[in-house]
Amino acid sequence: MVDGVSYTIARGRTLGVVGESGCGKSMTALALLGLVPKPAHVTGRIVVSGQNLSGIAAGKWPEIRGKRIAMVFQEPMTALNPGMCVGDQIGEVLHLHESLGWKEARERAVEELRLVGIPSPAERAKSYPHQLSGGMRQRVVIAMALACRPDVLIADEPTTALDVTIQAQILELMQRLQDEIGMAVQFISHNLAVVSEIADEVIVMYAGQVVERASAEELFSKPLHPYTQGLIATMPMIDNRQEQLAVIPGVVPHLDGNHKGCRFAGRCHKADSECRALVPALITVEPAHEVACHKARP
Amino acid sequence: MNALAIAVDNAPWQRRWRRFRRNRTALSGLYVLVALIVFSLAAAPLEALLGIDANNADLLSRFDGRSATNWLGHDELGRDVLIRLMYGGQVSLGVGIAATLLGAVIGISIGLAAGYFGGNLDALLMRFTDGIIALPLLPLLIVLAAIDLTKLGFSADFARSSAASFYRIVLIIALIDWTRIARLVRASTLSIREREFVLAARVSGAGTVRILLRSVLPNVIAPIIVACSQVLGSVILFEAVLSFLGFGIAPPTPSWGNMLNNAQELVATAPMLAIYPGLLIFITVIAVNFIGDGLQDAFDPRAE
Repeated sequence: MVDGVSYTIARGRTLGVVGESGCGKSMTALALLGLVPKPAHVTGRIVVSGQNLSGIAAGKWPEIRGKRIAMVFQEPMTALNPGMCVGDQIGEVLHLHESLGWKEARERAVEELRLVGIPSPAERAKSYPHQLSGGMRQRVVIAMALACRPDVLIADEPTTALDVTIQAQILELMQRLQDEIGMAVQFISHNLAVVSEIADEVIVMYAGQVVERASAEELFSKPLHPYTQGLIATMPMIDNRQEQLAVIPGVVPHLDGNHKGCRFAGRCHKADSECRALVPALITVEPAHEVACHKARP
Repeated sequence: MNALAIAVDNAPWQRRWRRFRRNRTALSGLYVLVALIVFSLAAAPLEALLGIDANNADLLSRFDGRSATNWLGHDELGRDVLIRLMYGGQVSLGVGIAATLLGAVIGISIGLAAGYFGGNLDALLMRFTDGIIALPLLPLLIVLAAIDLTKLGFSADFARSSAASFYRIVLIIALIDWTRIARLVRASTLSIREREFVLAARVSGAGTVRILLRSVLPNVIAPIIVACSQVLGSVILFEAVLSFLGFGIAPPTPSWGNMLNNAQELVATAPMLAIYPGLLIFITVIAVNFIGDGLQDAFDPRAE
């Protein structure tokens, strides 16, 4: 259950969304695309470049998806159709949204492959996904997402399935393309190191709610919410030898409708009776730094 | 990887064909089936070459043995057995292929809809499929075959024509042979629709029809082709059974099934009249089943 999540991303900026598995990061992304699986439903507003998308008819969504808002997936192995060569898959997006003929769409697809740094793109366009390495596939997925120059790009853990050197290349590529195209990026990850590198602003989600929002610098130097502090403490540091990695005890609670108080209270070492009774609101404690915690008041 | 390697290992279809080709039994099945098709299609040219008319009854030469122009002799009405076997092959193979394809189209549509949309539609379509499977086939086929076409508004000429009996038997068999394919397509669709590339297609703005045709169907086609090859064998047998019972292809148009039917009273006097069409049906079904087994191995996802 995702609840009360609100954020804006400016053109050319990157919002990092962090939180552990199952906290609602991906669900928020799907809500943005009008793809929340039943029986869940979305209340609230989605506004892209001044256009309100929350009220539009179901039949209008395909025009938005891929054109205004695009998405890069976690698993480049499964995000590409195994039975279609990659050039055609990119071409199809262009064919759908820019009413290009098949021949033109294929030519543009080759250009897109060149843009994402794939060597000899004309030959590569005829390859099938299984013939490409993980990093190459992720480049193809990015090319597909960016083919129509979207306003917003949602990247759902785009580097999680890749090894570290490829991760760095893909991040660099995404930043370069963001500068060229000028889109807003929502970067979902549970990898704090990656987020600290790529994001301008970060929101931390826990069990479907935003618990902290701050600029990336501020968040990592001065985390206020005990959950954020815990997350940062779990990052292994390269200079200290650690016998054991730090953990946050407990698991994300299973929420039913009548949960009282702070959702993190059960795992928080600072929690008291107030935390268990009252839901903390997201309040601004410092300029551009919001936190939802009773214990983090100034 | 260089351009050469790409060219060698290009499409999934090329890899499947390579694996199929390695299977001797399946490959010989394919050769036999192609040979049977060529054999059937050679009917008219051979008829012209030998200067005989296969439908021309010549009671004076009943049961005559082989000769220079009648290579397999004459039947009980003095017609040339070889040419009739060839024309019969056109009908039997034609019915088999047409009914299988039509059944596949029905099965694919129902299976895709049930698997992709799920929920009540799935329950409804699958219970309908179960219902069709539960029907006793042979009595049903006989009843359907006995429907008087003139009562359905067709002209009497059409109802008696050989084309009508061909279309009728294709339609009847297709109406009951789609169930296996529908179940198979539904099962594959259920697993494919959860794959991320289907979501990716939706996210990039593809509509439902496009997703079904471009993302789902190509990825469930392999088991469909395997199933079709297996259905083809049973359809050819169905046609033979129906024609044998006198409800299939109406004489004088020959099919292997109704040639068997004609021959049954003459088994003692002219056993070869029953053996030839029976043997051809047998060989066809065996060949088709070998091909089906080979396709199954070649399309095995574990080998991909």
